[in-house]
Amino acid sequence: MEGMLRNERTTEEIARAIRARVFEHTIRNNGGYLSQAASAAEQLAFLYNEALNLGPSTMPMIPPPFSGVPSATNTEYRTGAGYNGPFDAVHDRLFIAPAHYALVAYACLIEVGRMAPEGLEMFNRDGSSVEMIGAEHSPGMEVHNGTLGIGLSTGAGLAWGRKRRGEEGEVCVFMSDGEVQEGQTWEAVQAAAFHRIDNLWAIMDVNRQQCDGAMDSVMEVGDIATKLRNFGAVVAEVDAHDVAALRQARATPHEGQPLIILAHSSPTHGMEFLRRRFPRLHYVRFRTAEERAEMNTAIAAELGIAPVDLGEN
Amino acid sequence: MDMVNRPYASAFESYAVQHPEVLCLSADLTSSCEIDGFRDRHPDQFLSLGMAEQNMLSFAGGLGLAGFRPFLHSFGVFLYRRPYDQLMASIAYPRRKVRLMGFLPGVTTPGGMTHQAIEDIAVMRTIPNMTVLETGDATEVESVVAEADTVDGPVYVRILRGSVPRLFDTPLQIGKMRVLAEGSDVLVVTAGITTEEAIRARDALGRAGVSVRHLHLNTLKPFDAAQIVEHAASVKHGVITMENHLVAGGIGSMVAEALAEAGLARRLVRLGLQDTYAHGGSRPYLMKYYGMDATALVGAVERLTGESTGIDEDSLAAARVEAVHSTAKAEAL
Repeated sequence: MEGMLRNERTTEEIARAIRARVFEHTIRNNGGYLSQAASAAEQLAFLYNEALNLGPSTMPMIPPPFSGVPSATNTEYRTGAGYNGPFDAVHDRLFIAPAHYALVAYACLIEVGRMAPEGLEMFNRDGSSVEMIGAEHSPGMEVHNGTLGIGLSTGAGLAWGRKRRGEEGEVCVFMSDGEVQEGQTWEAVQAAAFHRIDNLWAIMDVNRQQCDGAMDSVMEVGDIATKLRNFGAVVAEVDAHDVAALRQARATPHEGQPLIILAHSSPTHGMEFLRRRFPRLHYVRFRTAEERAEMNTAIAAELGIAPVDLGEN
Repeated sequence: MDMVNRPYASAFESYAVQHPEVLCLSADLTSSCEIDGFRDRHPDQFLSLGMAEQNMLSFAGGLGLAGFRPFLHSFGVFLYRRPYDQLMASIAYPRRKVRLMGFLPGVTTPGGMTHQAIEDIAVMRTIPNMTVLETGDATEVESVVAEADTVDGPVYVRILRGSVPRLFDTPLQIGKMRVLAEGSDVLVVTAGITTEEAIRARDALGRAGVSVRHLHLNTLKPFDAAQIVEHAASVKHGVITMENHLVAGGIGSMVAEALAEAGLARRLVRLGLQDTYAHGGSRPYLMKYYGMDATALVGAVERLTGESTGIDEDSLAAARVEAVHSTAKAEAL
C-alpha cells in the first residue's frame, strides 16, 4: 500500500476536505489563513492528487520536531521535501512560493495521505516543524519561500539544472498573485524564457488579495496575463475552482517557454459568509466570542459539515 | 615586481573545464570579470543572467539544489547589496555550494559609492554558513578558484583583476594565514591590497629600527582568532589592522573581538575607511586619501610607539601606479 491514497478520492472531494479542515483549525485556534483555503483548495488538491508525478512520502506521517537549522555540524537536518516524495530523476518537485499558504498546504498533505491529522495539531507550536509560515523544514516545503518573489527564480534554476542532467521530473511552483508586485518575479520569467526552461510551470492563485486588503487598493498590477506573455511565458487563464479547466490548462503546450496558469479564484469560495470581512481576508481572526460562534455556524452550514464543537467556550 | 595579467581568467577556465558541475554565471559584467574568453570557448558551461541579480542569486540556489556548483561573477557590491534577501534565503540558509566571485573590492574601483564594496566583509561574515575569502596577489587569485570550490557551502571571495602583483609563491589555503615578518615591536594585520602597502613600508620601518610582525589574511571567515592573539601577545607596542573596507565590521573589528575575548590588552589602530563612504578616483589616490596606504601605516606605527620614525614619502618604496586605461581591463572601471 505504501500509504498511497492517490486518486482514491476526486480532486473536488479533496478540495472540499481541505476547506473543512482549515475551517475547523481556524475556528478552534481562534484565527487562521482561512481565505487562502477558500481560494486555493482546488489548486493544491489538483497538484497533489493528479497533476504532479510525486513518489510516496519518505517522511513520517507525524512530522518530527524542529531539529535545528542547516549548519556544517547539524547532520540531522532535513527539509520538508520528503513529504512530496523522493528527490530522484523521475519525480516532480513542488515549491509553495507563498509560504503563508502553509496551513492550506498542510491540510492538503493530510487529505492526500502524506501527513497524519495529528500533524496539524503541531501547527505554530513552539519546537514544532509545522510552522505558521512554511519553513524549508516544514512538511511539504522544499526551500524557504517566506520572502515573497523568490520561488519562481529558485524553481527556474532547479529546472535548468534538471534539464541539463536529462532528468524527466519537472518543477512546479505554486504562486500567489501578490508576487507580481515584486520585481524579482519578472526577472525570473524573463530568465526562464531566455534560457528556454520549459520543464518549469507554475500555477498562480489569482485571488486579488494581499495582506493590506484588495490588491487594487494596495498596488494595481494591471493585466498580469499580458505582462507575463510579454516577458516570455506561455499563459493559460482558468477558473480556479473548475478542476476540469485546470486539467486542460495544464495540457497547454509550452515548448521552449515556462507555463504559468493564472487560476482566477474567489477568496471566499465555499465560504461566502467571509464576504462580510472583505477586504480584510489575509488572516481571519475573531474579535468576539459571538463573532466566532456566528462564523462557526454559518460557514459550517455552507461547507455542509457540523459546526466545530467548542466545548465550554 | 612581477605583474600577472588577468590571473583569474586563466585559472577559472583551466579549473572549470575539468569540472562539469561548475557553471559560470554572469550578470552583464562578463568581460569586466575576465570570463569573456570562457564564455566564447565554453558556451555550454556559461549562463548569462543579465542585469537581474536578485533572480541570479535565487536561480543559483536552484542550480545548487540540482547538484551544480555555480560560480557567480559580478562586482562584489552587486552580489549582496541589492540581492541580500535572496543571498540569505536561497543560498546561505540552505548551504548551497554557490561561489560568489566579487570583483573590484573596496576602493579598487574608481566607480564611486555605487560600485565600491566597502561593507561586504562586515555583511558576509555575519551571515551564518558563509565562508569569506580575500585574495591579495596573483597566486592567491589563481589558487582561490579550486580552493573555494572545496567549501561545503556558500563562499564569497574578493577577487583582484587586471594586472595583479605576484607576492607569494605558495597557493592560498583556507584557514591558513601567512606570516610575512616575525618582528617584536608592532603587529600589522593586512589582507587584499593592503598587504602590498604594508610590504612597501616594512623595509623603511626596519631601517628606522621598528621591528614589524606582519600577518596576511586570506580567510576572513572562519577567522583564526587564537593565532591572532598569539601573535599580538608577542609584540611590545600594539596591533595595526589595515583593510580595504570600513573599519567597522571588518578585519579591525575581528581583531578587536579576538583580543577582547582573550583578555589580551594591546592597543589597536584600525586603518581603513572610518565610518565614511568613498568616492570615485584612482586606487593610489583613494588609499592615500582614506588613510590605508604605506604612509598611513607609518603614521600608525608612530602613534603606537610614541616615536617619530623619520620616514617620509620618498623613503617608501615607489608606489605602484597603474594606468587607468590599460589593455588588462575591459573598460575604464
